[in-house]
Amino acid sequence: MDSLTGLALGFSHALTLANLGWALLGCFLGTAIGVLPGLGPALTIALLLPITFSVSATGAFILFCGIFYGAMYGGSTTSILLNTPGESGSIITALEGAKMAKSGRAGPALATAAIGSFVAGTVGTLGISFLGPIVVELALKLGPAEYFSLMVLCFVTVSAVLGSSALRGLASLFFGLLLGLVGVDNQTGQPRLTFGVPELLDGVNVVLVAVALFAVGETLYLAWRWTNAEAVIRPVGRLMLSKEDWKRSIGPWLRGAGLGFPFGVLPAGGTEMPTMLSYYTEKKLVDPKHAHEFGTTGAIEGVAGPEAANNAAAAGVLVPMLTLGLPTSATAAIMLSAFQSYGIQPGPLLFQTQADLVWTLIASLFIANVMLVVLNLPLVGLWVRILKIPTPQLYAGILVFATIGTYGISNSVIDLVLLYGIGIVAMFMRRFDFPTAPVVIGMILGPMAEQALRQALTISQGDWSTFVTRPVSLCILLLAVAALAGPRIFGAWAARRGLKAQSGGID
Amino acid sequence: MTSRRHLIAAAGALPALALGARAAHAQQRFAQIHMFIPAGPGGGWDGLGRAVEQVARQGGLVGNFQFENVGGAGGIVGLPRFVSQRRGRPDALMVAGSVMIGAVLTNRSPVGIQSVTPIARLTQEVGVVVVPANSEFQNIGQLIAALRAGPGAVSVAGGSAGGTDHITLGLIIKALGRNAREASYVAFAGGGPAQAAILGAQVKAGISGWSEFSEQIAAGRMRALATTGATRSDPNVPTLKESGVDVVTANWRGVFAAPGIQAPARQALVDLITAMHALPAWTELLRTRGWDDAFLTGPAFEEYLRRDIADTETVLKEIGLA
Repeated sequence: MDSLTGLALGFSHALTLANLGWALLGCFLGTAIGVLPGLGPALTIALLLPITFSVSATGAFILFCGIFYGAMYGGSTTSILLNTPGESGSIITALEGAKMAKSGRAGPALATAAIGSFVAGTVGTLGISFLGPIVVELALKLGPAEYFSLMVLCFVTVSAVLGSSALRGLASLFFGLLLGLVGVDNQTGQPRLTFGVPELLDGVNVVLVAVALFAVGETLYLAWRWTNAEAVIRPVGRLMLSKEDWKRSIGPWLRGAGLGFPFGVLPAGGTEMPTMLSYYTEKKLVDPKHAHEFGTTGAIEGVAGPEAANNAAAAGVLVPMLTLGLPTSATAAIMLSAFQSYGIQPGPLLFQTQADLVWTLIASLFIANVMLVVLNLPLVGLWVRILKIPTPQLYAGILVFATIGTYGISNSVIDLVLLYGIGIVAMFMRRFDFPTAPVVIGMILGPMAEQALRQALTISQGDWSTFVTRPVSLCILLLAVAALAGPRIFGAWAARRGLKAQSGGID
Repeated sequence: MTSRRHLIAAAGALPALALGARAAHAQQRFAQIHMFIPAGPGGGWDGLGRAVEQVARQGGLVGNFQFENVGGAGGIVGLPRFVSQRRGRPDALMVAGSVMIGAVLTNRSPVGIQSVTPIARLTQEVGVVVVPANSEFQNIGQLIAALRAGPGAVSVAGGSAGGTDHITLGLIIKALGRNAREASYVAFAGGGPAQAAILGAQVKAGISGWSEFSEQIAAGRMRALATTGATRSDPNVPTLKESGVDVVTANWRGVFAAPGIQAPARQALVDLITAMHALPAWTELLRTRGWDDAFLTGPAFEEYLRRDIADTETVLKEIGLA
């Protein structure tokens, strides 16, 4: 069956009243759980697995897809408004998003995130329909060596968030790498830095760390240093995108979607790496007259790009699941177990044996995407009202919210101790001007890079040249070198040319 | 805050949706069972726990199930909690299996599976040794020859280090007269990335549960060389044992009761699981899920458990993980 007939068939199944109802319920639930830090789509779908005993397969998968896409939309809301990312793909969105909200541009930030999510979700879903099987075959050609090189490339993005002092930025990065080491080492099964606490064996949750660094640290800092007795009510400003905002968002949306989808398809890709790369790209490509907004008042490009990358990657994650039956994320793994409880064995033959179900699922992704943007844009006006709450009460609320969400991750008191422990560290980091974003980047990339490095070296029997003898790996490494050294060499070259031109003029 | 209201609404909706099955209260043995899953929702142990609920409730054996999931590190985060919180309770069950035995050993957990009361082994899954479709190895003999010549040169992908897949490889290499430490084992965090590495021929071979790879084998993208069971699971695929490698492994799952319960209470739980196992609905469920029936209870299960722990410890020591 070719893709267009398949899609037509899918829409004819998905556009029934009952299935639209499942999609709406899923979108609503997904948005709600995306907003909460801690409760992610994987856990929600897992909790809903018992419905597979009583609901038809089509209805259940439409519901699950709604939740999955909805969580990606909802995740950006608290990132922007409260600096509290709801899931790991939204961590980078918080960098510029929260700054925009602080300077009275919460409305446009939320709007560009919602529309960007829609654009990227559509691009991603088109990708699933038409490119899926081709992209996934290419993705299989990448092994651990290429993944390690990709992570080296992603480490370059740290330079975009280092702040004024490289030493402070690198200290933050190493703190993140240290946190990433905690837990059972996957290559040897041995616990590291767990100090006999069983709750630490699975490592420290990255969303917990992001919430601790961004939300708890900020709140504690304000409680410590805030002396201004009068309650300041933050300006909310206009809600929708201005013409200028549209113009500045379109490029990042499309670039973000283009970056995100292939990373999502990669079996060891995920949603975090493309958001980092998108942030770095947008910071480098931004119109010089807006460059100063990055890291100060918040640049809309830094919200639009990563948010689009996040959503396109989320769509990409479904490709290996649908085309090969490979669960490459926690959510996909749970959806696969839902397939199994219907007696459907997901695998490379799924598209042939379950064509109806698969195309209905893809069609419902398109429907969910439209529903979500319709659901979320009017909510922008409602959400920004949160910022009208006076600062002390708002931050008290954030603290309660972060605590509940963190406890929800695993109902563990140890997690709360970590949340406040890291929060206090973040408070001092804030006081002494250490950037917090490199901690998160180090924590996400560190363990992934370490595993990929050791897997690659096991395969090559300890031969380090594997990273440069494999052509794709070499290309990625050269790209990383170019990204790191390129701007400096170009700068030096431009400066010399400028000097020459000047001296030439004097002659 | 609106979002908190959303959560409460969502939490309220979940149990309502779960109330799908209707119980016919025929010969109810337990009003309530507290089912403890030492893993996150959605995994293999969770699936078994919820399957027991589905069959036992529909069959009217148990009025109501209460679930608690405490995931992490092969079950050893949840195990101590079950032991301390449910001690002596006659209506508590915990799902566990071979993965926990390995995890207890590699992490030197102070609380072992010996701390809980064995009730029954329910399912098991044999492992399968596969190679990429375009591999140079056509049959298990060629792979064995390569492993015997130099285990380091044959990279093998599978699940986490110290898990069932790793142990199987260790046993194979040991059976070939080499040191298990020479293995070139590439551990992946989950089934997905491991399968991707095998499909893309990044590694020479792979070992995992039969159900993980069965669809790829059926589609011709992986070649099954041997299974690890005592008898053939697929008539066309030989076992390791008949290929001259004396290794039999399986990833089993079962249920355990709380420590310190009285003998009659233990017998009541054994009877409950035995009655559930006898229901046609259980046979049907095993078939749709593709699980192998491995029902074993009483002293036979205890003996099996003792041997499994001893074997696992020997191999893990040889690999250098315990």
